[in-house]
Formats: sequence, structure tokens, C-alpha cells
Amino acid sequence: MINDVIVVNNLVKKYKKAKENAVDNVSFRVRKGEFFAFLGPNGAGKTTTISILTTILAKTSGEVKIAGYDIEKQQKEVRKNIGVIFQKPSLDENLTAEENIRLHAILYGLYPFAPTYSQMPATYKRKVAQLTELLDIGKEIFNPIKTYSGGMKRKLEIIRSLMHSPKVLFLDEPTSGLDPVSRKNLWEYLSGVRKSRKTTIFLTTHYLEEAEDADEVCIINHGKIVAIGAPGKIKNNGTRSLEEAYIKIIEEDVRA
Amino acid sequence: MYELNAIISIAYRDVLKFLRDRSRIVATFIFPFIFIGVLGGSLQSNLGGEVGFNFLTFMFTGVLAQTLFQSAAAGIISLIEDRENDFSQEMFVSPVSRYTIIIGKILGESVVAYLQAVGVVVFALLIGVPMVFSQLVWLIPIGIIICLFGGAFGVLVMSQLSSQRAANQIFPFLIFPQFFLAGVFTPMKHLPIYLFILSRISPMTYAVDLARGIYYLGKPEFNRLVIYNPVLDLIIITIFTILMITVGTFFFVRNERNR
Repeated sequence: MINDVIVVNNLVKKYKKAKENAVDNVSFRVRKGEFFAFLGPNGAGKTTTISILTTILAKTSGEVKIAGYDIEKQQKEVRKNIGVIFQKPSLDENLTAEENIRLHAILYGLYPFAPTYSQMPATYKRKVAQLTELLDIGKEIFNPIKTYSGGMKRKLEIIRSLMHSPKVLFLDEPTSGLDPVSRKNLWEYLSGVRKSRKTTIFLTTHYLEEAEDADEVCIINHGKIVAIGAPGKIKNNGTRSLEEAYIKIIEEDVRA
Repeated sequence: MYELNAIISIAYRDVLKFLRDRSRIVATFIFPFIFIGVLGGSLQSNLGGEVGFNFLTFMFTGVLAQTLFQSAAAGIISLIEDRENDFSQEMFVSPVSRYTIIIGKILGESVVAYLQAVGVVVFALLIGVPMVFSQLVWLIPIGIIICLFGGAFGVLVMSQLSSQRAANQIFPFLIFPQFFLAGVFTPMKHLPIYLFILSRISPMTYAVDLARGIYYLGKPEFNRLVIYNPVLDLIIITIFTILMITVGTFFFVRNERNR
């Protein structure tokens, strides 16, 4: 289907020296513009799956297509079409916010290399000006990342990952370690991005309330999908919140 | 063109990082200062008269090559740390090829090593190490070759190490013995067989010997202090460099995704 921006068929990942499969025959599809929440306990295989989908880890078997490109045979095309927010921050602390953004833009082939901000083209400068407005900062964009708060850093990472207008944005526990206010801010920003850009969002999180708004929720445990569907459908087992439904599903899976 | 831009920006980042890291700048100069200033100075004052060549100059040429080689190698190995922490994750999901990342890294760390070498030369001038300036100029192009050679050594070592912890523990064992086996501090012309073998399989030996070969070219000390003809050193270094980069990059690219 053309409308499926992520297609995963029978994906298996077995780490070297591991006895069991970290990801065990997983299949799912994500439609264009969808908000897809990928949930599961620690060690369920969420990060492994996201690493394979973002081409930084080789799969054992199965088929994965992102934006119509095969993750193994058309790696470069896949990478051009995705943005990734990692569990651990991936900003360079010694560089300024603007330098981090500039480096990203050059690595994605948006602009040719220039050693200083002032030598960059006007289109780039306009973009940076927009970003500073979005972040609600001014000259601080030229300060080292070290001086930024945790929430600001995450926001900056998201802004950076949107520079090359990816079709899919992968977010691996983006709000872990943030205070409630920063989390709320970040989510307001992200839903704005979704509405204005129609970017597909693939999210993993431990904060279940963040997944309440998702179009589709997928719960995995021990590398296998144990539930998949709209939040309303997942909650159909007599529970009021996604969190309750989630806990029930995981506990039943443990007993089974 | 695109990959070239990426190579330059990756290299540029390394140089910027070095220039902004004051404690690292200080730390990189400590060893050369101890080697040339303390070790070289004391040996020259106490034994210098008997050996028949200037120990300070000898030590200086050795330390210069060693600094270039080691700094480039250690810089490449920092890619492991990068991979675990900050920015490299970002590099590794970007559309640039792995080869571009490695080439950019070698280039960047070579420039960093060069900056350090300039510091060593300035220090040597300040403490009055006797040197012939025209000979020193020849070391400018030779320095680039030594950096690339050290970078290639770094790529090979890095490809075999899986974590920063392993790198921190193993790298000193791979580099420290080479100080002595490469003859940074002492001439290595005549050696018992076991030392001869160890010395000749240490890559740094050829880096140090090439630098000295160029510096002492046409001087009376040449035959006593230089092991091989510089042309031979250059051939060995070229072969070593190509081999280490090819094998190292192959394993690095493979291991990185196949976990």
C-alpha cells in the first residue's frame, strides 16, 4: 500500500550470544501521517526494533520498508526520509546550538560546508531565525549546548531532526528524565508539528498518557506483539485508561 | 561533492572541539614537555658529552613523530566514545556513508595532531633545543604522512574494540610499549634479536624513523641514528596505512551493525 509509510513483516532480531530472540516475528504497518505508539516493558524489544527501523542495527530476518525503501538495500534513501530522537541526547555538548544544527544540515546535504554562521546562505539564516523564535530564545542559539536545560535540549533535537523534512519521526522515550512542565511543553510542540507538517510519528514511551492520543497503539512483550489497535480498542477490556489496559495486558501475558 | 562537504564538516567539528577543550589542550602538551624537557634535558646534561650526538635534538625529533602518530590514533578511537554518547549516533543515522565518517575523522584528528606538534616545536624552541630550521621545514609534509599513518593505526584498533571501557584499558598497552620499541628515547640501530623483532613490528618505529631520516639527512649523525633509508620507511608506511585502513574500516562497518 502506498499509504503505508512503515511496513514491517516477520521481523526477527537475535543478538549474538543471546539465547532468545530480542524481536520475535513482529509484523505491523504504519499509515502516512499516523501517530503510532510502540509500548512495552523494559527489555521488551522496543529500542531494538527502533534501531533496526532506523538502519543502525542489522536485522536477523524479515522485511522492513520505510517510505517505500528497503532498510537493507536502500539504506541511504531510508536515512534521508527519517528523523531520529534517541533515548540518550545526541547533541554535541562542546558546540553551540547553531553549530549542531549547521552540522546536521550539512550532513543531510541541505547546504554546502561553511566554517562560520555568517558564511552560510541566507535561506539557512532565515531557518535558524525561525528556530530561535520557536524555541523562544534569541542570541542563546550561539551559546554552547552545555548551558541548555534538559527540556530545551530535547526540543532542539526535535527541531534539528525536522530540518531535512523527514517523512517519519522516530522518538525513543523522548520525555524520559524531563519534568512535567517540560514534558507538557514538548508535547504541545510535537502535536503542532504533526498537524502542520503531517509527519508520521513513531513513539516509544513509558508514560502511557502520552499514547492516549495515538492513532494506533502496539504493545510488545518479550519481543512479541501482544496487542495492537486504536487506544479505544485496546481499552475495550473493561479498563478506563490506557495505563490500566496496558498493565492488564502485560500481566496476563506473564501468566500465560 | 556532498560526501566531501560531510567529510570537511566532520573534520571541522573535531578541530573545534579540540580548540574549545582547554584541559585537553593542556594535557596533550604535558607528555612532550616531560619527554623533551625533563628526560631529554637531564640525559643531555649528564650523558650528552659521551654519546657524540645531541640528545635533545634526537629526543625532539622522536617526540614530534610520536605526538603526531599517537594523537591521530587516539583521536580516531574517540569515535567509540562518540558512538556511545553524544553526536555520533546522529552521524550514524545520517545519509553519509561510514567511509565518509572515517575519512572525516582521520582528517580532523590529523589537523588536531598537527596543532599539537606545532606546540611541541614552539616549546622545543623556547627551551633551546638545537635544531636546523631548514631541516625542520621538511618535516611539514612528512608530518601529514605520519598523521595519516597514526590515523590508520587508530582505525584498525578501533575496529577491534567494542566499548569505550575496552578502549581505555587496551589502548595504553598498545601505544606505550611503542614509545620504547620505536626508539623515541633511544637509538634502535643495534638490538638483540627479540627486541629487533618487537621493534620492527611496531608501526610507530617507521613514523619515528621517517621523521629522523628526513631531519638528519646529509648529516654525520645519520648513520648512527637512522635505521632505514627514508624511501624505504615511506614504502613500509604506505603499505601499512592502506592495509590498516582497509581492514579496519571493513571490520568497523561490519561490527557496528551486526551485534
